[in-house]
Order: sequence, then structure tokens, then C-alpha cells
Amino acid sequence: MIIEHPLLGPRDSSEFTYMGDAKLIDRPDPEAETAARDFYEYGYLRDNPAGWHDELWFHEQGDRSWLVVTRNTLTHEISKVELARDVARARGRSK
Amino acid sequence: MTQKNRLSGGQIDPNETFSFKFDGKSYQGHKGDTLASALLANGVRLMGRSFKYHRPRGVLTAGSEEPNALVELRTGARQEPNTRATTAELFDGLVAKSQNRLGSLRFDAMAINDRFSNFLTAGFYYKTFMWPKAFWEKVYEPIIRKAAGLGSLSLEDDPDVYDKGFLHCDLLIIGSGPAGLSAALTAGRSGAQVILADEDFRMGGRLNSETHEIGGTSGAQWAAATMAELSALPNVRIMTRTTVIGAFDHGIYGAVERVSDHLATPEAGKPRQILWRIYTKHTVLAAGATERPIAFENNDRPGIMLASAMRTYANRFAVTADQRVAIFTNNDDGHRTAADLHAKGVKIAAVVDVRADAPSSMDYEVLHGEVVNTKGRLGLSFAEVKLADGSTRTLEAGALGVSGGWNPNVHMTCHQRGRPTWNSDLAAFVPGADLPMGMVVAGAANGDLSTHGALLGGAQAAKSLLGIKGRLPKLPETEDAPVNVTPFWYVEGASRAWIDQQNDVTVKDVKLSHQEGFRSVEHLKRYTTLGMATDQGKTSNMGGLAIMAELAGKTIPEVGTTIFRPPYTPTAIGVLAGRHTGQDFHPKRLTPSHKWAEERGAVFVEVGNWLRAQWFPIAGETHWRESVDREVLATRKSVGVCDVTTLGKVDVQGPDAAQFLNMVYCNGFAKLAVGKTRYGLMLREDGIAMDDGTAARLAEDHFVVTTTTANALPVYRHMEFVRQCLAPDMDVQLISTTEAWAQYAVAGPNARKLLEKIVDVDISNDAFPFMACANITICGGLRARLFRISFSGELAYEIAVPTAYGDALMRKIMEVGEEFNITPYGTEALGVMRIEKGHAAGNELNGTTTAANLGMGHMVSSLKDSIGKVLSQRDGLNADGDLRQVGIKPVDPADPVPAGAHLMNADGPVDATHDQGYATSACYSPNLGHSIAIGFLKNGSERMGERMRLVSPLTGVETEVEIVSAHFIDPDGERLRA
Amino acid sequence: MHSLTSVTALGGTEPRIDTFDHIKITENDGVALASVAARIGREAACHKVLKKLLGAVPETGRAVLHDPEAGFCMGPDQWMIGAPKDTHELLADQLKDLFGDNASITEQSGAWVCFDLRGPAMEDMSERLCNIPIRSMISGDVRRTVIHQLGCFTIRRADADHLRILGPRASAETLHHAILTAALSTA
Repeated sequence: MIIEHPLLGPRDSSEFTYMGDAKLIDRPDPEAETAARDFYEYGYLRDNPAGWHDELWFHEQGDRSWLVVTRNTLTHEISKVELARDVARARGRSK
Repeated sequence: MTQKNRLSGGQIDPNETFSFKFDGKSYQGHKGDTLASALLANGVRLMGRSFKYHRPRGVLTAGSEEPNALVELRTGARQEPNTRATTAELFDGLVAKSQNRLGSLRFDAMAINDRFSNFLTAGFYYKTFMWPKAFWEKVYEPIIRKAAGLGSLSLEDDPDVYDKGFLHCDLLIIGSGPAGLSAALTAGRSGAQVILADEDFRMGGRLNSETHEIGGTSGAQWAAATMAELSALPNVRIMTRTTVIGAFDHGIYGAVERVSDHLATPEAGKPRQILWRIYTKHTVLAAGATERPIAFENNDRPGIMLASAMRTYANRFAVTADQRVAIFTNNDDGHRTAADLHAKGVKIAAVVDVRADAPSSMDYEVLHGEVVNTKGRLGLSFAEVKLADGSTRTLEAGALGVSGGWNPNVHMTCHQRGRPTWNSDLAAFVPGADLPMGMVVAGAANGDLSTHGALLGGAQAAKSLLGIKGRLPKLPETEDAPVNVTPFWYVEGASRAWIDQQNDVTVKDVKLSHQEGFRSVEHLKRYTTLGMATDQGKTSNMGGLAIMAELAGKTIPEVGTTIFRPPYTPTAIGVLAGRHTGQDFHPKRLTPSHKWAEERGAVFVEVGNWLRAQWFPIAGETHWRESVDREVLATRKSVGVCDVTTLGKVDVQGPDAAQFLNMVYCNGFAKLAVGKTRYGLMLREDGIAMDDGTAARLAEDHFVVTTTTANALPVYRHMEFVRQCLAPDMDVQLISTTEAWAQYAVAGPNARKLLEKIVDVDISNDAFPFMACANITICGGLRARLFRISFSGELAYEIAVPTAYGDALMRKIMEVGEEFNITPYGTEALGVMRIEKGHAAGNELNGTTTAANLGMGHMVSSLKDSIGKVLSQRDGLNADGDLRQVGIKPVDPADPVPAGAHLMNADGPVDATHDQGYATSACYSPNLGHSIAIGFLKNGSERMGERMRLVSPLTGVETEVEIVSAHFIDPDGERLRA
Repeated sequence: MHSLTSVTALGGTEPRIDTFDHIKITENDGVALASVAARIGREAACHKVLKKLLGAVPETGRAVLHDPEAGFCMGPDQWMIGAPKDTHELLADQLKDLFGDNASITEQSGAWVCFDLRGPAMEDMSERLCNIPIRSMISGDVRRTVIHQLGCFTIRRADADHLRILGPRASAETLHHAILTAALSTA
């Protein structure tokens, strides 16, 4: 597969390490009353869709960026690639 | 007379003659021949025995689709089984052997199988070798294994090397027939980066096999002229002998270039083959088409071959299989073969055509009918023909050309799960709409079977893919004959009519599998083996499908095809491995003291690709334990040195560096003073321990973090995940510096005295206490880092210098350490000392243990958030009676305490339900004089002094042990603070 | 002056040179390296220093081949600076003075081995070694890539036949072996 890196352009997927669902960005609030439940769901209850999926890929043999890659798991079509850092900020994560 | 079936003309070089051997007999051929064409030239039709029935077989084709003529090529270590004689390029001295025979090729003892053909039908093995069950392993399987399979392996190491490589282009053209060449011309002239690949050693595809003219010259001449023009274009890369084996995601193609297969041996340093990974924006698939046979009784005798192959042999190789040839066809193409052979002076016995409206000829007889049987023991002698009027004729012929129409080579269009569609005009599958990204199919592969259609299709494909503006130049004049075919798959009433000659599958077998309820085409394949093995049914699948469709009362497209998968043709495992074999299987990482350690005769062990010194034997030591015991005792007595460069090192800098470490470590780092080091435990988010190490605060905004050797990469990746994905605004910067520094542990009571002779600063206990760290200089000004940390439990330091000075520093340490009897120690002694101290390592951080299990539950700070904190508090990981790290010692000092063994109560059964825990790391402690272990025990911290059994049912060990503190040596840590 | 002598990445006292008709492979022991990572909100300040130091800010995937200091972009707001070791042994300290609090500087001299490939076979060799589009790369193009499983930087230098490879120093021997193998293979 070829992943269109937002900064570096097309790169072979073999340069990347895969980590699965990009929901891992949405780490729950550890102070919440429901934290135990929230972290359980965060850690264990993830979707594995046959179709479009937002995934985390690490450019291990490249610029060491974490990317959010929107990929169709049936066809391997990739419709969007973003820097995970930008996605995290857009989702309200900060420090 | 030699080469009695050699004709005139062709594209071989009659002036260059090669000698070769087949089954021990010498023959001659010419440059430009294949093994098959040279054998035919010499009148050899019999080239092998069939898979199951050991029937005599010859060539069916003239290309890579060949099912029959498989040979063992070359001798010795280079012997390669199942090599197609039809693609093996002749070279001087070539040696080949027929295969799948017992005795000689002419008198194969296994041919007895043919007499029992009524038993050896589809599913024979499944049905026959069912019982008695015990017979399978001892009787049936060995016999079947001996009888099955085709060629044999040399069982020697492959002496050749293979390369891998990477190419990038705008347009990849697969196939160099008229469509491919036309596409290449159009694309090449436009300036695009073009790769033109063909599996053959002569470019031109079918143009070399046909007598069609293009623009007033022969097709072969046009191909040669076109290749000359393309060769002159710097933007066109021509890859002959290169098979594109698969179409992968997003325009990535695999291709195997056979660099040296046409030579007796590869040139020194050169690879035999190269596996290319080609990245292309666009692809023109011009893979041509494969002619298919017609099944009739005894249609597998040597001499019976595809009519198109006969043309290839005659026109390209100047060879005929026999001087008297008959043709059996259902389309106009068969008549071309007759005409071409007739023109070369070969006698045409007759052309048998199933069509009533077949074209007639002035030169030979055309019969309306069907070939119903053949005769001839080791090769064809007669063909029996049933005419349309019901009468029969016997044709005398040594060769019979069969033409059942053409199948476009759609394989590569299906590698991304595309499905071909049915074209009833051609009675064949053509590429479907769902092609791999960026691919256009042209020429015969697309069902455009005329030369003009191919030239036009190729040019148009290149133009549209590359967006070339303007009109296409006028194409040269050439034939544009329509396809005129009547579907005809097999002769009615035939039973021992071969559909798949490679797997010995007959019309009868296909009918039987239908009768037994196999309806899916994938099931047919697996039950009958039709379409399996080296040719993957390139000439046979369609016949099987057609019969299935007829029996099921369906159309062929309703039955559908099996899935086409890469590789397109058989591919050597060696070329998939490339250079990554033997010593080069993966890279080596050498520490800066490697050369020094080698000089001292160190024994090395591989850890995360690093070669680490395991121990340093000295004269007189015959067992590794002697060396390790000595190294441990000497270190604890005076001083030792160990290369710890391999530990992962991450530079963590920035105003938020401390806050970041607070997040990734379960324990706190915010208050760590500058100039101090702290042990840190990293958890996974699920609360399980991930890695441990130290973080040294060199400045307010600068930490150096160490990881375990094996986890350096995953820990760095995890830290980047936290930084980029969880805390994107934290002002912290990370970079790995593992290899930037050479780092040595100097440990033992004399460690300080030794280092004082090297460092340029005060390292007294007051100035540089336990857990201190600093940027210093050594040896009169070299920058270095000093950490007072201890894995061994002794007074110890780790000292780091830029890698280039690592060798010199090690030698310096040894030199100044001489007066203290310094002893270099390896990873084994390191392991012994850490077990003696009860320090957790990889065996304890094994992916199932928590901080609490490790006795570090108190470290998980409740004052701050950290990765893994929330889930480390969940009930399931904090139940009463959980595992706790303990020390284990044998009651009888002579007893062993093996790692991996399980702890059981002193009394009671030994089984999983009574399991109390297990030993994780064990060693012999030379300081204590007996074996020791650390491990995990239920409620372990409350069970000190308890007698238990340590059992390993697998090895039959049961040792009475006592549970003790894991800190076997210096439990109060007085030595390391000394 | 300290008393320790350095060795090259291949362990020699002199850099290794392998000369063939079609390619010359040189172990380049003369480069000091340090990485520069901009701190958050200080990117512009870093650009200013880089511009002053190198004449330009290395863009993504590009190097600025400047004397004596040169640099290339390693990742978002992260650069590798190189300079002759003879004059810049303490490059990291020198950069720290220049960048101040605007960037995190890390010494990298010991982390890398540097090989220079020069000769007419450079492009053919590159195709056997790694997955970079060497023929469409122009002078100053930089790619991080994998050579024999080793993460490396490849820099197309000013001369058309010159490729510089920075690889992990601990695997210098493996990398050199892979380069030599490719040289023999393309001879």
C-alpha cells in the first residue's frame, strides 16, 4: 500500500508501524467518576469495521510522525491522511 | 542426422551451436532456442511422465503456461526441479533430466498406475486412505509422499545469490507483444518514465511467432526495429526475462528478472535473479492470450500440442515437432498453423475443423469432423477422425496441432479481487471493469485478438493514461482479421480425455466430482486438483469450467472462475528472500567495544540484533559457568566492567520534559533534582508493566531516559504516541540517541578508585552520591556523561562517551583497572548479579505482570495522571492473594531451581488448579554457593520462610524450596551507597 | 586536549575506501552532527537562526548544502545539522549557543555512519539498496529510507553521481557489506 504522507508525499506502507483504531487519541478523563468504565471501553471495546476506518500509523522509518489514515479495510483505498497531532488538537487535546 | 526437425528461417542463430544433454544423451541446438525447441529439433517428442498415471508426455505449449514438459535443469546444488523446458533458454553445456519416472523415461515402472486408472480417479486419496487410522502415518503417507510430486530437490544449499530492487515509473507496460510495443512507443516518445517488461528473452511476443506483416515488414522485424527505437530512449527501461508476478495495492507490482538463468553459472558477484518492486502511476497490461486445447480421447500423447505453439516453433525457432502434422480446430486460427507449416515444407495430413463452414485450402485437405482418438506408444502415430457424415478416417501424423480458441491472460486484472467478465464472441473471459488502480488492458489480454487491434489498443491505452495531447500517429498497416470461433470444449463420449495434463485430470474426473456434489468451482479445483501446481491451470481451467457449466445446466459465467492469485508463474523462494539469508538474515549491531571483546575471545549472544559479550573465557576455563562465576565474584570483590551501550536511550528535552515523564512513567519525576537519576516504571494503558529504566535529569529541561535493550523501539514509539496523540501541546522534544553514546558499567567496591583515574571531576561519595548524574569531562577534556546507578547492587557507575571514543575508553578502563584486577563481565554475569539483587528484567516484565506483582505497587503515584494508572487500579489486578515477586532458594543447596518451574504447596496435588506461582529467572549464585531464583507467588510477600515444592513436570524436576526475599545480596543496599 | 583517540564507524583508524570502475564507496568520518528540534511556538525563531546559519531553512524532504554547516529536514520542525568534525567537534554546544531556548539540541555525531557513493553506477546501486525514486530526485533531495532493514537517510548531493548515506553507526559493518554487495551486483 502507499500512504500519502501529508508532509512527505507518497510513502510505502512498509515504512510504517500500524496501531489500529484512531479512537486511541480520545483518552478518557482520568478524573471522571466513570473513569474506570471509560478506560475499560477505551482499552478494550474498539470497532473492527469491514470498511472505512480511521487508523493510527507511525512513520517509524520516516519522520516519526503519527498519522491518522482513513482506510477502507476491504479495498485498501485510502481517502484521507492527517498528522495525528493535528487531529488530537482538533479533538481538544492539549497537554 | 542431428536436428532432423530443424526448419529454415526463424530467429535462432544457426551459426552459433550449443551442445546440451537431456537424460544423459547429447544433442545440439542453437542460440535463441529453448530446451523444448532444441529437443523437438532433434526429434525428441517425449519429455516427461505425467503426475499421477505416469503417461508419456511431450510439450503442449511454447511458453510459460506449459503443463507437461517439466524437467530438472542443471546438476548438483543448482539442480532446479519443475523447470519448464519451453522457457528454459538454451546455453552451451546445459544439462537436463526428465522427472517423475522410475527407471528410464521410455520404460517408466510407475506407468503401471495408468492400468489402474479406474481406481485413481478424483478424490482417490481422500476415499482410499481413510482407514485403518493408524496406517496413515506409518504406511500410506510415506508411500504417497514417495510417489507424489514432480521433480526432486538437490537438498544442497542454493549456491546463488538473489537481489531485491526498487523502481519507480510513470507507466509500466507488462508484455512486449504488438500492444505492449505500441504502448511503449507512444509513451516513450512522450518523454514519460516507462518500464517495458516481458518474461521472454526475446521481445515481441506473438509477433515473433506469426507471419503477419506490419507496415510491409515481418512482425518480428517490426518488433526488432521498435525495440531499437525504444532502447535509444533514455526514459524507457527495457526489462527482458522479467516476469511481472503480481499486481499489489496502489500501483505496486512485483517482478522477477532472471539475470543469469540463461548462463551456465552467474558471473561473480552477480545475482541469479532480482525481485523488483515497481511503483508505477499507470499500467498497461498487454499480457496477451493463451490458446486452449480441446479434450478428446488420448489427447495427451507426445506430439499433440497447441496449434499456436506449433507456429511459434516453426516461425520463431525454425522447428517442427514432426514432418507430418495434422490440425484439429474450432476456429480460423488452426488454419494459420497449417498454412505456416505448409509454407515451411511440412506435410499437412489434414485440418480437422468442427465447423461446417470452415475455410478450405488449395494446399491441404480440410475435414469437417472431430478427432476422436489417437494412437502411438511413446508419441503420436495416428489420429482417428470421425467425420460429420458419420464415417471415420485415420490420419497418419507425428504431431497434431489443437486449437480451441484463445483465453485473454486476465490474471493481473484479478489480483486486487477484480472478476473477469464473459465475452461470448470470443467464448472467453475478458478483463472486468474492476481493475487494479491505474491499469488499462490492451491487445489480446483485452480480447482484441488481431494485430491491428493490439497496436491500436496499446497506443490508445498509453495516450489516455498519460494524458498525451493530440492525435495518435498513423498506425502501420497490418492484419485485422475477426475472431471466428465456435465454442467446442471436448469431444462427446470421451472419458480419458485430458483437461489438465499437469494434474492428470480428465473429463471423467470433472464429471465424477459433479456427480459427487461438488458444485463450486473452488471445490472442483481442490477435489480434482484441476488447475493446481506449477501452471495453475493456464491451459486447463476453461475446459473444466465449460464441462461443469454443461453438467450444472448453467452458463460458463454463472459458474465463474477460481480466484487468480500471485505469482503469475512459479517463483523461486530464494528471490523472495533476496540477500537476507544466512549471516545476512538481519543486520548486526556492534557495540563500540566489540573489536576489543573479540580480541579477548568473548562469546557473543544476539539481543535485539546487538551482539553482546555473554562471557569472557580465560585460559583453562572449559565451561561457561566457570567464566561467569569468576566474573561475578571478581566484580563483587574488586571491580568489573560491562558494555551497556545497548540500552535504549532517548533524549527528552523541553520546558515540559518533566511533565511528560510524569505521564509516561507511573512514578513521579517532576520533583527530581537536576543532577539526579531515578528508576522509572512504565505501564501500558491496561495497567500491565511495559518497560523500566532510568531517567537522568541533566538540566531543568533535559532528561536522558534509558529503556531495556529489546524494547528500545516500541518504547520510543509509545513515547511519541503520548507526545503527538495524547498531549500535542506539551512542549517536549524526543530523539533516540541509543547509538550516539558508548556506555560502560563500572561496578564493584573499587569502581570509584578506578574511575577517579579517568574522570576530570570530583566523584567522591559526597560530591557524587548514589543516583547522581552529570555532564563531565574525562581523560583531560573529552565530553562524557556519568551516572551513579547500579544494576549489580555494587558501588557502580555508568560512564558514556561519544561512540567514536568507546573503543579507546574501554581500553583505558582496562589499563587503569589493572591494579584492581579489573574483570570484564558479560550479560550472563550481569544476569546473575541482578538476580542476586532481585532486580526485575525481561523475564519479570513479561507482559502479564503489574507494578503490584513486581512489588512496586507503591510506585504508582496517586498524585498525578499517568499512562496505565486508572486500569492498574481495577479490581481484577488487585485481588487478594495476587502474585508477588519473591526469592526462591533450594532447601538442599545442591538442588537446582529451574526457571519456568511452578511453585506448589508442600503437600497436595501437583496440577494447574493448585498452582501457586512460578520461577521467572534462575541462576547459580557463586556468592551464596547454591542456585537461586526469583519468581511470582500468590500472596508472596506474606509467605517468607515457607517451604514449597518447585516442580517442572516436563523435565521431571521437583525441588524442595524456601521462599525468601528476592534481595539475596545486600538487602539494605549498603554497597551501592558506599 | 584529551588523551583518547577515536576510531571510525567501521572500527579503523582511517576511513575505509572501496574503489571500483563504476563506483567509489567512501566511509566519511569527517562529519559532526547534531539535531535541532524547535520548541512549541519558537518555530519562527528557529527559522531565523537556520537561515543565518545555512543561508536558508531546509524544507521538508530537502537539504541545504552549505559550507561549513549544512542541514536537512528530518521531520516536522526538526533538522539535522552537519559540519566538518575538525572544526565543529562540539557542534551541539555551538548550536545550543545559537538557538538558546528556541530549540532542543541533541548531539548525533556518534549515532551515524556516513558513506559517500560516487560514480556512474550510483543510481543503479541505489535501486538495489533502497526504495527511493533516485532518478527523479534532484540535488538536495533527502529521503529517510530502509537499507537492509536499517533506517537510513539518503541525500542526493550537488554532483549528479553522488549519494550520501547516513546509517545507524552500530550497524556500519552491515551497511557497508550491503553497499559492497550492491556494487559487485551492478558491476
